[in-house]
Amino acid sequence: MTVQETSRAGAGLDLAPQQAAAPSPPAKAARRLPVQKDWPLWAIVAAQIGILAGAIALWQAAADLGWIDGFFWSKPSAIYDTLIKFFTEGEAWTDIGFTFRSTIFGFLLGTTCGSLLGLSFWWSRNYAAIVQPYIICFESLPKLALAPLVILVFGMGLASKVAIATALTLVVSTLTAYAGVKALDSDSEKLFYSLGATRWQVFRKLVVPFCLPWIISVLRVNIGLALTGAIVGEFIASQHGLGRAILYAGNTYDIALVWVAVLVLSALAVVMYVAISWLERVLRKGMRQ
Amino acid sequence: MTFKTPSGAFRALAPVSLSIAPGRFVSLIGPSGCGKSTIFNIVAGLLQPTDGRVLIDGVDSTGTIGRVGYMLQKDLLLPWRSVLDNVILGMEIQGLPLREARERALPLLRRYGLSGFEYSYPHALSGGMRQRAALLRTLLFDTDVILLDEPFGALDAQTKLHMQEWLLGLWADFGKTVVFVTHDVEEAIYLSDEVHVMATRPGRIVESMTVPIARPRQRYATLTPDFIAIKERCLELLMASHNPSLDEAA
Repeated sequence: MTVQETSRAGAGLDLAPQQAAAPSPPAKAARRLPVQKDWPLWAIVAAQIGILAGAIALWQAAADLGWIDGFFWSKPSAIYDTLIKFFTEGEAWTDIGFTFRSTIFGFLLGTTCGSLLGLSFWWSRNYAAIVQPYIICFESLPKLALAPLVILVFGMGLASKVAIATALTLVVSTLTAYAGVKALDSDSEKLFYSLGATRWQVFRKLVVPFCLPWIISVLRVNIGLALTGAIVGEFIASQHGLGRAILYAGNTYDIALVWVAVLVLSALAVVMYVAISWLERVLRKGMRQ
Repeated sequence: MTFKTPSGAFRALAPVSLSIAPGRFVSLIGPSGCGKSTIFNIVAGLLQPTDGRVLIDGVDSTGTIGRVGYMLQKDLLLPWRSVLDNVILGMEIQGLPLREARERALPLLRRYGLSGFEYSYPHALSGGMRQRAALLRTLLFDTDVILLDEPFGALDAQTKLHMQEWLLGLWADFGKTVVFVTHDVEEAIYLSDEVHVMATRPGRIVESMTVPIARPRQRYATLTPDFIAIKERCLELLMASHNPSLDEAA
């Protein structure tokens, strides 16, 4: 408000000096550029650890003092005990391995097939125009709703989880690779053809390397989607997997075990995310982009 | 080399006939939209003319790609390839083994001002250097005729002068037939043996003139009466072709 008034008064002075005799303008407030100081790294990390420790302590205290119902919410000490038991007596590694495998297979299958499908649209505009509505339909379809059907078709084992994870990742990769194809500069294609290139040469030497950054950019999204697909598959019907462990623990009111399985699942997700980020960096470096 | 190129219904190019003797340096100048690029695309086989033919060495090459080197306005260097691998693109596409192509390109990169940048990536190069790389790519694609579409249009005046000398040196060494498109009248006259002035609606050649200045040319050639006379005539033609379009708009 003050600024507006001041600037109006100032403008009046500049444009019409003869009116300068009017009521003296209010003094302009001196303003400085807001500066934010960066904390040192140790302070940031200390704050992060502090918040986590505080939350855990608060949770424990609340459960012990009866502020929250320990049966529904469980408490950190019980979760810790269950965690130890899960790894020593339970089937932790079988479950982790199962979920990991379905995620990775689904991720690889969906990303590869999706990218190839997206790239294939470069070959023919007619083919792309014909197929496009189907892709968009499949994209807007809530694929998880089909999960029960997938279980029926592919059975209770790994295959059904891989199928759901593939379905989730496939469309994203297809659409992204196709976006890359559409962004291709037609002059670059002209250059290749002026050098007498065949279509296959243009595809291999121009289209694929040009679209690679697009394809790589969805890897991180896809690994998360693949994990979601695998877990949902396990929720519906499975004999192994972290998803099954969560569902089983919930059905038997073993809330501490639910937390443990979720915790392990998050750890798995983080590990895979970091691994994919690293892969992405390596790939980008390989292409100097 | 002869071609007659009346083209499509939209950006109509009136019947154009142009024949260029081997080894000549020829420029096309004209306002934008006069069909210079259309002619190039037809000669390069990227556009099928509705009527007319492209003859290269007396052979009908209408609609045939890979017969002439064509440098588009943008340098179009591939960012994921080193300068060396960009420059050999033409040879690679023609099926030459990579090693042989690289061996052939390396000495040329060093001789024509890209030494030290053979293994750099295009983003590390200045505008002038990118243009050099793009030109070498066009030259190394071993054809007798090369088409240059405003190769120096985006460069600053100083770099442009350097690049013109550099191009003349290259042309003298390689003895190719060059067809050059530019907006810059002085550039066209200074570089060329022949200048063809074009006009719009429909695109056509209104006048062709030879440049009687002996080679090798010095910079001060641009100040001689001969040069200035040609320049005046060119500008006059360009202005004349510009006015009717203004009248149409009004």
